[in-house]
Amino acid sequence: MAHFELRCRECGKAWGNQPRSICDDCFSPLEVSYDYDAVRAEFTREKIAQRPPNMWRYSELLPLPQDFQPSFPVGFTPLLSAPKLAREIGARKVFVKNDAVCLPTLSFKDRVVAVALSQARAFGFDTVSCSSTGNLANSVAAQAARNGFKAWIFIPADLEAAKILNTQVYGAKVVRIAGSYDQVNRLCSQIADEHRWGFVNVNLRPYYAEGSKTVGFEIAEQLGWRLPDNVVVPMAGGSLIVKIKKAFDELIALGLVDPKRVKFFGAQATGCSPISTAVKAGRPDIEPQKPSTIARSLAIGNPADGHYAIKTITKSGGWSEDVSDREVVESIQLLAETEGIFTETAGGVTVGCTRKLVGDGRISPDETTVVCITGNGLKTTDALAGAYEAEAAIAPKLAEFERFLSETLDVPEAVEA
Amino acid sequence: MSITVQIPTALRRLTAGVGQLDCSAANLGELFTVLDEKFPELKPHLRDEAGEIRRFLNVYVNEEDIRFLGGQTYTFQDGDEILLVPSIAGGSGG
Repeated sequence: MAHFELRCRECGKAWGNQPRSICDDCFSPLEVSYDYDAVRAEFTREKIAQRPPNMWRYSELLPLPQDFQPSFPVGFTPLLSAPKLAREIGARKVFVKNDAVCLPTLSFKDRVVAVALSQARAFGFDTVSCSSTGNLANSVAAQAARNGFKAWIFIPADLEAAKILNTQVYGAKVVRIAGSYDQVNRLCSQIADEHRWGFVNVNLRPYYAEGSKTVGFEIAEQLGWRLPDNVVVPMAGGSLIVKIKKAFDELIALGLVDPKRVKFFGAQATGCSPISTAVKAGRPDIEPQKPSTIARSLAIGNPADGHYAIKTITKSGGWSEDVSDREVVESIQLLAETEGIFTETAGGVTVGCTRKLVGDGRISPDETTVVCITGNGLKTTDALAGAYEAEAAIAPKLAEFERFLSETLDVPEAVEA
Repeated sequence: MSITVQIPTALRRLTAGVGQLDCSAANLGELFTVLDEKFPELKPHLRDEAGEIRRFLNVYVNEEDIRFLGGQTYTFQDGDEILLVPSIAGGSGG
């Protein structure tokens, strides 16, 4: 017997373990619930410390099949102190959780896909699938290849070229849909009704979403089994912020960290900000939006976990912000120039919102704040097109270089005529 | 005037297997009344105790979320295809 099963988040009905994400009774989402007493003895700081540095060190609190053997060392990405970034934004204790270097495909989606595919195998699917704004597509394609699944990936047709190529290279079948992500998503829930495929973010969604908790487990362990004061999290579907909260709550319940009220802050792009708009207006539910932003990995106008994300943020005493596309680009550059981390547009959103939250006094500069970077800048280089001009080439002569150097360093002052 | 409603698989056990229905409802309220009358078992699955549409049920009209068209105030046009879809998220940033 597994020590976990699906339960309806609203009516509490138990559904056992099966590929399903919706409670048939009330249409609400299902959630994995655990028998915590069954894992209490194994899930200790000491035992975890002896395990390899990847997300599988938290296996007791992941919904994995009994005989599961990991195929990739996913997760356990660096938690970096970011003093220069902190100084620039007016704070003192800032850490960056850097999933721009998550393996195997350089985004936090590797965590959720790894858990989803473990169950896809257990449920007997030979084909896995997803609707995606890019990072999820890359991760499903790569992990399907290594685990011997066929992969069908559904994406909005206007996705960044790098994200499409990074999916095709693994041999996945890419289906471009002439529509927004929300339309792709709706189509996928209809396809999942008709085809016996393992859609990681449809019928495998409750298992998949649990993978996000490992971001929270790692933050706590990497801070020396302490919880931070504040966490800033990018929001698309709104699931990650909810799951980091669940991870912290589980660690408190199992006695691995001292209880603490962590404030949760959600970050969105202004051009797609259904969750931050609702938080600012004090509403418990989102109004859907038509996204228009360069942060395409966050461009979900109708986030299904929006309601829970709003609840997590407001109950914690946190807040939600959003930033313009111009601020997204500036913030990508700021993180790269201060801390040597090149993040994608979603990371620009998170850094930009953190700056705003500190500036507005929502985040106290003396508190410990963790900024969650979820994706890699190499996948969205087109966001920086035009930001840097190509220098003119110089001859391979020392004298030429010296002249170039003096011209570069000593910009002559303008002489008045 | 006639519109078509698609019932998702998850709910067909409550409609005796019926997956598609033509009717002449003029708006969302009327459509729900038609569904209530035809499939009494379906009613509590579509609306909560207060009679409001369930939070996680999305209604689409010809691929467009009905909330973009005015929600309950939208008047169905002849030939409209209505989809009832559970709300599910995805994406990359979280």
